[in-house]
Amino acid sequence: MPENWIAHAPFLAVLVSLAATPLILLASRRPNLREFWTLLAAAVKFGLVLSLLPAVRAGGTVEQTLLTLAPGISLGFRVDAFGLYFALIASGLWILTSFYSIGYMRGNSEEKQTRYFASFAVSLSATIGIAFAGNLLTFILFYELLTLATYPLVIHKENREAIRAGRQYLAFALSAGLLLVVGSAWIYAQTGSLEFEAGGMLSGGDHPAGMMRVVFMMFLAGVGVKSGIMPLHSWLPAAMVAPTPVSALLHAVAVVKSGVFGVIRMVGFVFGPEAMGAYGLNLVLAVFAGVTVILASLIAFQQTNLKKRLAYSTVAHLSYVALGAALLTQAGFTGAILHISAHATMKITLFFCAGAIYVHTHKSEIGELDGIGRSMPWTMGAFIIGSLGLAGLPPINGFLSKWFLLQGSLDAGLLAAMGVFLLSGLLNAAYFFPIIMRAFFRPSPAGEKPFGEASPFMVVPLCLTAFLSVALFLFPNLFVNLYDLAGLAVSGITGGEGTP
Amino acid sequence: MTGDHSVVLIPVIFFTAALLVPLCRRGSRRWPYWVALVSSLLGVAASGEALWRTLSTGEAIHYHLAGWRPPMGIELIADPLSAFFCLLITVVTVFVLWHGRSLVESETPGKAVPFYSCVMLLLGGLSGILLTGDLFNLYVFLEISSIAGYALVAIGDKRAPVASFRYLILGTIGASLYLLGVGFLFMTVGSLNMGDIASVLQTRAMSPVEISALLLIVLGIGVKMALFPLHGWLVDAYTHASSTATSLIAPIGTKVAAYVLIRALFYLFDTDLVREGIPVMNALAVMGAVGMLWGGVLAMAQTDLKRMLAFSSVGHVGYIALGIGLASPLGFIAAVLHTLNHSVMKAVLFLICGSLRQKLGDNALDSMNNSLRLRMPWTMAAFTLAAISMIGLPPTAGFFSKWYLVLGSLEQGKWHWVIVIVLSSLFSVVYFFRVLERVYLRPQEGAEEEPAPARDESRPSMLAPVLILSASLLLLGLGNVMIVNHLIRPMLPAGF
Repeated sequence: MPENWIAHAPFLAVLVSLAATPLILLASRRPNLREFWTLLAAAVKFGLVLSLLPAVRAGGTVEQTLLTLAPGISLGFRVDAFGLYFALIASGLWILTSFYSIGYMRGNSEEKQTRYFASFAVSLSATIGIAFAGNLLTFILFYELLTLATYPLVIHKENREAIRAGRQYLAFALSAGLLLVVGSAWIYAQTGSLEFEAGGMLSGGDHPAGMMRVVFMMFLAGVGVKSGIMPLHSWLPAAMVAPTPVSALLHAVAVVKSGVFGVIRMVGFVFGPEAMGAYGLNLVLAVFAGVTVILASLIAFQQTNLKKRLAYSTVAHLSYVALGAALLTQAGFTGAILHISAHATMKITLFFCAGAIYVHTHKSEIGELDGIGRSMPWTMGAFIIGSLGLAGLPPINGFLSKWFLLQGSLDAGLLAAMGVFLLSGLLNAAYFFPIIMRAFFRPSPAGEKPFGEASPFMVVPLCLTAFLSVALFLFPNLFVNLYDLAGLAVSGITGGEGTP
Repeated sequence: MTGDHSVVLIPVIFFTAALLVPLCRRGSRRWPYWVALVSSLLGVAASGEALWRTLSTGEAIHYHLAGWRPPMGIELIADPLSAFFCLLITVVTVFVLWHGRSLVESETPGKAVPFYSCVMLLLGGLSGILLTGDLFNLYVFLEISSIAGYALVAIGDKRAPVASFRYLILGTIGASLYLLGVGFLFMTVGSLNMGDIASVLQTRAMSPVEISALLLIVLGIGVKMALFPLHGWLVDAYTHASSTATSLIAPIGTKVAAYVLIRALFYLFDTDLVREGIPVMNALAVMGAVGMLWGGVLAMAQTDLKRMLAFSSVGHVGYIALGIGLASPLGFIAAVLHTLNHSVMKAVLFLICGSLRQKLGDNALDSMNNSLRLRMPWTMAAFTLAAISMIGLPPTAGFFSKWYLVLGSLEQGKWHWVIVIVLSSLFSVVYFFRVLERVYLRPQEGAEEEPAPARDESRPSMLAPVLILSASLLLLGLGNVMIVNHLIRPMLPAGF
């Protein structure tokens, strides 16, 4: 029985939230029931993902083939350390987000919530599908599903601006998907297989250099939309019109991380570090990512809306991961993979804080936050932890990933990359500092009484994610062995001995 | 007994029904409908049986009309290719008739009898084209189906007769070109039987007369298939015909012409010569590719849903032509698979046009707004799924025919076709999301005063076929490997 469970767990984990979608839709008039289905699906999903941990930690993979999608290509899952790592983060944080969203929706009368939670569940399915996909076509299938599932979240407000953002998002994302399809078809024509391979399915072969570069650009554009690499990032800030739980999980964790997950899959499993280096592809990626880090950080300064500032910060941090992968060193990959989880816990904390402030006080502009730290000490305390972590200070897990990223730049001899990371750290500190200063050191507006914390449904999850950010620095293997999984993934990609 | 005759039964059922429909109108108002529906179901059964038999024995079924042996007599042949197309058109007809019961009455009142009679005549002609093994007989069936088609188009709105007349002129030119080609062939080969001609042509080099014959046949059938730039008749005909007529003709009419093209190019003439000697395959691919772009661009500019879908049909015929033009196993698979997929997708979309027309009064994009998503949620969900499949996102059916087409193009290093496929997919994103945006997002005018519209879904007999067909798009997509391996691979001509 237990073995049977494990063999089917990948597909079930994908299916759970998809199966919950009709239930969520049917319960549209009864918010409590609807939230119950979301919570149940989240818990079951996390449990299923967790059940795969022992097998993968032992260095194995769990494979499951459902049917043949096209000749020689199956709809198949192959859970390796990297995929499980991502799935654990996404499904684990979904539980916290579900609790949080109860508090959020009760405190705030958002419209069309059912559509949100339904799209939300489908997006999570697609995310886990992306994490577990065993070959490129399965990956693309879930990637396109994710595009469609997130479209309703982008056009949420249904006003002219939102619809324009939605058009732009679709145009970018669907074109990108097509490029992925064409690139995959080329790879299939070259190698006769689309299975992901640690170390790269194109490495070792003799491929025409010009075509390699063209196909790489296709892939880069393909995964670049969701990972917000400039100039393909503009949908992400526009999508901040969505309710905050959605922004928190999808636009800080699930969707955008699917993008950078795709970047690492592409670098480590499709092209392979060896071929990347040989054809000079890593430099292309590094330039795009490096420019994005700096520019997005600078743009974040200009934002006066809290969520928009967080969004640009997200754009910058996503490119940390891409830049880390482009270093092609063991430490670089480790840093990139660790930054996926580090940024996830820190940024979700910040979004949770922004949402708690908004629901409780209806403040969304940074200029309105004077003195708020005295009324909401827990919320703003968590905010401090998250923002210090993003700036890369210990004892928060953002420091850990940044350490590896810096070491990776040194190993690769790319001092420019190191400069980008250091400068970006300063910029992070600079655009988060004014918020903290206002919250704690400016007096409250005249006549405003202390209003206390938001509902515990919101404060507890955000304290938990802040706690996780610290705990994962002190004990990187806490709870679910994220650190070991990252090490296994890196050793697979580089063929080395694991984390340095 | 039926085993021997099932092949001839298919056209015979339909021609008999075409006569029965006018006769039985004295019975009840409903009878014509039921005669047509039951005949189509019988047609499905007979085609299914023929397909199953030819696949399980691995041999084509030959039937000699009235016992006259070829080359003197006329021969009907059911091989996997023709039986498959027969099954496809009969199944689509069943769904369209199921959906059209009340629609025919309401859109073209008092014309139900001629309508159903013409439908049966059309089906008889089309199934005859698919099954016959004789080039001249094919012409006869072509004319029967065309005349029925002109009549069906003419039973439409005010401008339908004009559209039908244009269709008639162009269709007649196409048929004449085809007939001329057949005459040329008869002159040099001395036979009209396809097997006979093939056995002669494939053993010796083709003379200039025979090459002209080939070109004339391709050109003539190209008109029927609405291959760019011969598609002039299609858009007006589709737009102005009644909803049910369009949803019948659009999915199956052009596909049968595509079948004739496949039959002629891969089975009749020397495949190697057609591939290398003369650039007819390349020309086909170019026409297909230009059609894909042209249809897409014009579809984006339309303000009427039906007209938009008609232009999209021009584009998708291009996909089939491109697949044929690649002249490789992958191209062949792509062409046949896309024929199947596109038939189902277009059937869904045009049926939904009919459902919308019943509720809204027309198909103008301007009259669509977000009240539709509340009034007809299921119909709109089916529309969305079909649109996604038309765009070609996995795992819907539309993705996979494109996948084979891309693989086939890459196999020959033809990147320009890949670019065309990508562009045309992007065009379809634009024109379908234009509609979806209206249906899901565009607010009603004066929405503040009006209460939210109540559920106003179309009746079950119209909803069910739409839902079944659109759900089958997912099945066709996920089961595409099975279809390719068990259905399409046995069709591949011997040369591959």
